[in-house]
Amino acid sequence: MIPNMPRLCDLASTIRSKNAGVDHITFDVIFRDRANFERVRDAKVLTPESVAALYRIPRERITDFVVFEPANAIKFTIKRDRPSGSPGEHDVFGSQQYAPLFGVEVP
Amino acid sequence: MTEVSILCPTGHLGFTPLEKASFLAGCELKPDFIIADSGSCDIGPYPLGADGQASPVAWQRHDLEIMLLAARRLGVPMIVGSASDTGTDRGVDQFAALIREIAAEHGLAPFRMATIKSEQTREAMLARLQSGVPISGLDGRADADPAVLARTDRIVAVMGAEPIAAALREGAEVVIAGRASDCALFAAPLLNAGMSPATAYYAGKLMECASFCCEPFMGKESILGRIREDDIRVTAMHPGQRCTPASLASHAMYERRNPYREYVASGYVDMSNCRYEQVDERTTRASGATFVPAARPMVKLEGAGKVGERRLAVVGIRDPYTIENIDKAIAWARARLAERFGPPEQAGWQVFYHLYGRNGVMGDLEPSPPARAHELGIVVETVCQDGKRGEEICALAARNLFYARLAEVKGTAGTAALMADEVLVGKPGYEWTLNHVTPVKDPAELFRTSFHTVDGSARKAA
Repeated sequence: MIPNMPRLCDLASTIRSKNAGVDHITFDVIFRDRANFERVRDAKVLTPESVAALYRIPRERITDFVVFEPANAIKFTIKRDRPSGSPGEHDVFGSQQYAPLFGVEVP
Repeated sequence: MTEVSILCPTGHLGFTPLEKASFLAGCELKPDFIIADSGSCDIGPYPLGADGQASPVAWQRHDLEIMLLAARRLGVPMIVGSASDTGTDRGVDQFAALIREIAAEHGLAPFRMATIKSEQTREAMLARLQSGVPISGLDGRADADPAVLARTDRIVAVMGAEPIAAALREGAEVVIAGRASDCALFAAPLLNAGMSPATAYYAGKLMECASFCCEPFMGKESILGRIREDDIRVTAMHPGQRCTPASLASHAMYERRNPYREYVASGYVDMSNCRYEQVDERTTRASGATFVPAARPMVKLEGAGKVGERRLAVVGIRDPYTIENIDKAIAWARARLAERFGPPEQAGWQVFYHLYGRNGVMGDLEPSPPARAHELGIVVETVCQDGKRGEEICALAARNLFYARLAEVKGTAGTAALMADEVLVGKPGYEWTLNHVTPVKDPAELFRTSFHTVDGSARKAA
C-alpha cells in the first residue's frame, strides 16, 4: 500500500445514494475535477466486482454500472433485498448507503 | 421556431413548502406554463396502500395557492401531477377542492380545470389478467398473478403526456393529474406545441426536480426552461444558484438505474448522445436526445398492500459485556418469542431488531465489523396481523433483552435500559406489491378526464 494514498472522498465532489424506483438503490460518485474523474475511472478501483466486494453482496445484485462521461460520474445500482419501506426497513429513501465508498483508496 | 417557457417551482409539491422569492422572479419572465409534480415512490408504500399522504395539507395548499394565483394573474395554464404524493383519486379530489377553495378565497375569475384520475381497481386488473393481458414485472419481479393482486390494496397507473396534452388542447387552464411520470407533465404542452417526444420528455426529465438540477445544492427553488426543438435552456431563478453542464448532466442520472434512458408509456428517451453547454452565467443548454417508441405502449402500475400492524419499542444497552454478546442476547430473545408465539412464518408475525451503533442504518450492507461501541440503541419492530397480539410480541421482544441470559453477565438486575416500558403504535406495515407494466392500445385508455368550471368570483359574491 502506498502511504497517503488518496481516498475516494478526497477526490469526488459528490458521493450519494438514493432509491431508483422501489426495488433498487443507486449510487452516484461525481467529480467536479475532470482529472480526478479520469484518475478514478482509469484506476479501476470502482468496478462491479469491487463494489460487490465492498458491500459483501453477490455480483448479481449490482444490476447496473455506468461510467457517465457527461457528468464526470461513475454510477452503479444495487438491487434491494426487499422493496423500499417494507416492514424492517432501515433507510426508506436509500439515502445513507454510500458511506463505505469514502474509504476506497485510489492509486 | 416555436419556443415554450416553463417555470417549475418544486420537485415535490407540498413535501416542504416552496420558496416564493425565486418563483416570483421566474414569473417576472412571463413563462407560458407553470408546472410541478407532487408525487414520489420514495415515501414508501404506506401512503399509497392506506390512501394517506406524506405531506401536510397546509403545505400543499401553500404551494398550490402561490402557483394558482401566479398562473391566473399571468393567464397561463398550470399543471400539477401525482396529486397529494400518491396520485390516487383521493389526491386528485383533494387538490381539486383546494383549487376551488383558493379560487373562492381570492375571488378568482372563472377558469377551466381538468382532473385526470389514474387509480385502478383490483377487479379491473384481475379482469385484464383473465382476458389474457399480462401485468409484467419490472426490475426482475415476477409477472403479477391473482395472488399478487389479492395482496394489493390500492393501485395507480402512471400516465404519460397523452391525457394531459389532450386536456390542455380542450382548453384546461388548470390540470390536476393523478399519478403521472414526472417528465410527462412538462412534455404535454411541448408536444402540443409540435415538438418531438425526444425534446418534450427530455426537457421534462431535466426540469422535474426544479432547483436540484442547479448548484450549489438547494431544494424548492424555481427554475425556468426555455425549450425549442432540440434546444433546452434551463436557468436557475435563485440568485445564488447556477445551472451548469455538470449540475444538469448529473441531475439527468439522479434517482435512476440507467442515466441514458427515461421510460414513459409510449417509449423511452435515449440520452446517450446528449450535450450540455453553458450559455450564460446561470443557464445551461442541453440537446441531443432521441426517442425510441415502444412497439406497444406500456403503462406502469404501482400497487401497495398491507402486511400487518406494526409496534415499536426503544431499548438501550450500555453494559460492554452485553454489547459484545448482543447477537447471543437477540438469538435468545427470538427463541423465547418463538416458544411463546410459534415459529414466525407459520404463526404470522415478524420481529426486527434495529441495532443503531452497529448496523442500524445499513443492515446487511454494512461492511464495517462491529466496533466497540460504548452504547447501542435498539429499535424493536414487530409486525402481526392482529394489533393486540403484535403489541404483546413487541413488549416481550423488548423485555427479553432486559432479561437476556448471558453466561457471565454482572448486571443481574436488568441487561438493557428500556427508554420507557412502553410499546409504540406504528403505522401499519405495507409493501410495494406492484412495480409492473401492462400493455395498452391507447396510452390514455386507463385514465379518466373530467372538466370543471371553477368560478371564484361567484362564490365570493354569494
